[in-house]
Amino acid sequence: MEFETVIGLEVHVQLSTQSKMFCGASAAYGGEPNEYIDPVTLGLPGALPVANRRAVEFAIMLGLATSSEIRRFNRFSRKHYFYPDLPKGYQISQFDEPICERGSVEFYMGETKRMIGLKRIHMEEDAGKNIHDSRTQSSLVDLNRAGVPLLEIVSEPELRSPAEAAAYLRSIRQLVRYLGVSDGNMEEGSLRCDANISLRPVGQLKFGTRTEIKNLNSFKFVERALEYEVARQMALLKNGQPIVQETLLFDSASGVTRPMRSKEESSDYRYFPDPDLPPVVVEESWVREVESKLPKLPSKWINDLVSEYGLSLYDATVLTGEKAAVEFFNDVVSACSNPKAACNWVTSELFGALNRAGIELEKSPVSAGALGDLIKVVDSGELSGKMAKAVFEEMFSSGKGAAAVIADKGLKQISDDDSILAIIRREFDANEKQLAGYLAGNERLHGFFVGQVMKATEGAANPKKVNDLIRQEAAQRKG
Amino acid sequence: MSDLPSLSVAEIRAGLDSRKFSAVELAQACLAKADKLRSLNCFTELTPEHALKEAAAADALLAGGKSAPLLGVPLGIKDVICTKGVRTTAGSKMLANFIPPYDATVVRRLKTAGAISIGKLNMDEFAMGSSNENSAFGPARNPWNPEYVPGGSSGGSAAAVAARICPLSLGTDTGGSIRQPAAFCGIVGLKPTYGRVSRYGVIAYASSLDQVGGFAHNVRDCALVTQAICGEDPNDATSSPRPVPSFEKALSRGVKGLRIGIPKEYFVAGLSPEVSEATQKAISVLQDLGATTVEISLPHTDAAVSVYYILAPAEASSNLARYDGIRYGHRAEGQLDLKTLYSKSRSEGFGKEVQRRILVGTYVLSAGYFDAFYVKAQRVRSLILKDFTDAFSGSCDVIVAPTTPTPPFRIGEKASDPLQMYLNDIFTIPVNLAGLPGMVVPCGATASGLPIGLQLIGKHWDEESLFATAAAYEQATEWHKRTPSMAG
Repeated sequence: MEFETVIGLEVHVQLSTQSKMFCGASAAYGGEPNEYIDPVTLGLPGALPVANRRAVEFAIMLGLATSSEIRRFNRFSRKHYFYPDLPKGYQISQFDEPICERGSVEFYMGETKRMIGLKRIHMEEDAGKNIHDSRTQSSLVDLNRAGVPLLEIVSEPELRSPAEAAAYLRSIRQLVRYLGVSDGNMEEGSLRCDANISLRPVGQLKFGTRTEIKNLNSFKFVERALEYEVARQMALLKNGQPIVQETLLFDSASGVTRPMRSKEESSDYRYFPDPDLPPVVVEESWVREVESKLPKLPSKWINDLVSEYGLSLYDATVLTGEKAAVEFFNDVVSACSNPKAACNWVTSELFGALNRAGIELEKSPVSAGALGDLIKVVDSGELSGKMAKAVFEEMFSSGKGAAAVIADKGLKQISDDDSILAIIRREFDANEKQLAGYLAGNERLHGFFVGQVMKATEGAANPKKVNDLIRQEAAQRKG
Repeated sequence: MSDLPSLSVAEIRAGLDSRKFSAVELAQACLAKADKLRSLNCFTELTPEHALKEAAAADALLAGGKSAPLLGVPLGIKDVICTKGVRTTAGSKMLANFIPPYDATVVRRLKTAGAISIGKLNMDEFAMGSSNENSAFGPARNPWNPEYVPGGSSGGSAAAVAARICPLSLGTDTGGSIRQPAAFCGIVGLKPTYGRVSRYGVIAYASSLDQVGGFAHNVRDCALVTQAICGEDPNDATSSPRPVPSFEKALSRGVKGLRIGIPKEYFVAGLSPEVSEATQKAISVLQDLGATTVEISLPHTDAAVSVYYILAPAEASSNLARYDGIRYGHRAEGQLDLKTLYSKSRSEGFGKEVQRRILVGTYVLSAGYFDAFYVKAQRVRSLILKDFTDAFSGSCDVIVAPTTPTPPFRIGEKASDPLQMYLNDIFTIPVNLAGLPGMVVPCGATASGLPIGLQLIGKHWDEESLFATAAAYEQATEWHKRTPSMAG
């Protein structure tokens, strides 16, 4: 029997607001333990939450970017459980009325466009961290992270392979980075992922029994954990054994999933509306205002790059990986009007050089305008491709513009016929024997003269012109 | 010199501004009187050092020619309100050693106004109770007769003002915790409209009902302290941005033409004849002053206590989850696993009534019971609100009613029967559920001399009409001049 894989992801995105979801304490990452705390973070008696408007705005942005319906009255609820990293004994979250519903996310798997439905996106606050100190046999609590705003993005179970799940997760990361609502950094935990996975016979509508893999903290682990789980479930099903619905953890060292220590009883979170927080009203005018400030999104960029600039889907995908890259590229095109050349220069020369130098695009020593200028000079025929690369290297190391480098080094291509002809004549006269052979029909000596001229101009002569003019001069001498 | 702590705020103002006495002398006199009346157990802690330092600062300002309504005026603060650097217990063993690192907004505002806090006032644990018998620090006593309760939960706040230890105090009112003790102690008390006063730094019992208010010897003093604490606070999302009117201005408005609603559901079997009679007499005084009266109906009054004892415990069970022994507060001793640490710390730290309400609240929020209890209670709550808004939109401007079904009761009399105790709040609870302002002024005494208080209920945001009515009534009567003999 053939089986189909059914995957749904729950992704937590930490928002890059200045302050926390419900208080003024810093939402920065890192810091000394318990540096970013205040009475609200600590859950001190009498402390009260006040919703962070910016965080709500970020939720609206992501909602709009995923074509979600945006809820007008947003109630916060309290989710209760006891744990040392949860200072109030409850987490403020949204329960049955999330801010965004019925959205979708678009991405490409190779040449195929995929669209995955979103059940919901809701706002909540993060918990702190418990750190076990084995030296003193004690547990320590760091509340820097407690109260940092999160969006939880829940997909429909529409992902059909581990690779697709990873691609979906990458597209979420790409989206939140485009929007500037999160840095999407998985190592620092600002992007976290739980995966639900089940198998069903191909053609069957009913879902199979699912397992949930918690806390997947890299794209690689998402894919590996799901691949392992597909194989595990498949083996069970083929042997006629049942799948147990359970929560699993992925052990990246051994590459297997293991059941999480089962909680003592199924938890009842006793959700109820938080009486400290009046509903946040998202007026239509607010939504429109946020919408007007949205950046151009990856899917729209890809469309335009392919249809308007004639780039391949592959190139378009590479260029749109980061918002800064595609915007840089677009600025290069604005300066040189040659998208294909711009794409090559950006993706190979510039990215390569940045990579080698360990510099981020935002700090590139070669600006988009400067790179555009360089491409223009090449396109005008004034500079050979090889010379252009040398010019680029110099631009990259010195930070100077294309014209300045060309002028400094005298690298400008010699293209005027008179100058080139003068050199050709000199070379012909200086190499009588070779000239006689060439005029007698020895084609190999054509190359000899090209080489001589290029050498004499230190490579600055336009090779095509040199070629043509040598033949022209030879024809005249044959006369 | 007369007994300084017995002075009204107006008399204190005149005395301080004319240098008849200093703020330090006044604070010392209040502290001395508190010490003398320690047997009333009004205070969980006196803070002479803080008080004298603040009083000296006030004297310096006074010497510089500054004056402000509360500058140099001593007061006490219910121990549920956080005071920076001063132990704040909420009347609980759980917080017996808790020293807040921050001031509640109301405390900050009083400090800005120049008021001098002389200490923290005794209360029912976490403001849960109607007699002050649920305090981990022992019951506060009624200055009119120490065998009687001062009411609760703000029992210490009411007793201290009634005993003329200080002219003003702050309390909180979730189901009647300002109004009932004001009535039992024969003083003035006001619970403002929900949202009028910031709750930031006020240890939460039931967030959708809690509101801070003031106690005073007379209506004008109450207006002054209320004025100082009202207004929007960016740290409390439920505080209202509405501008706060001058309450002092409203005092002289009178009641001519005022339409007073008398809710028939508040005059039923079970209402003590002495309370009923005092209330009726007060109503005729108001009529004589030019108010008209009309009988109104608040048909869902019956359900209020049940609704309250679902919603308040539900919120309390959540609000009190933070007392887990991890970051602050009582922690059970010994090397314990996490679950035992929680259950032992909470079992040891919370008193019986608090535990009862946490259990009730946990139950009504649990899966399978939530709709039948919490959701239904919220629906009935909106009907209770509608009762009031209907009455106010049609026939009346202010509602006048008894505060409690009975006069003060003896310590221990109802302690063993929580349901009897809960019913004591039957006339005050609906006001909290509706978020309305409610005020109490002294209006009589029992045969044995225990005070009786008249309750005034206003429209949302209309504290002014309450102050106007209370001031007119006070001017026409002598009840506010009666003081307990031990007040000296």
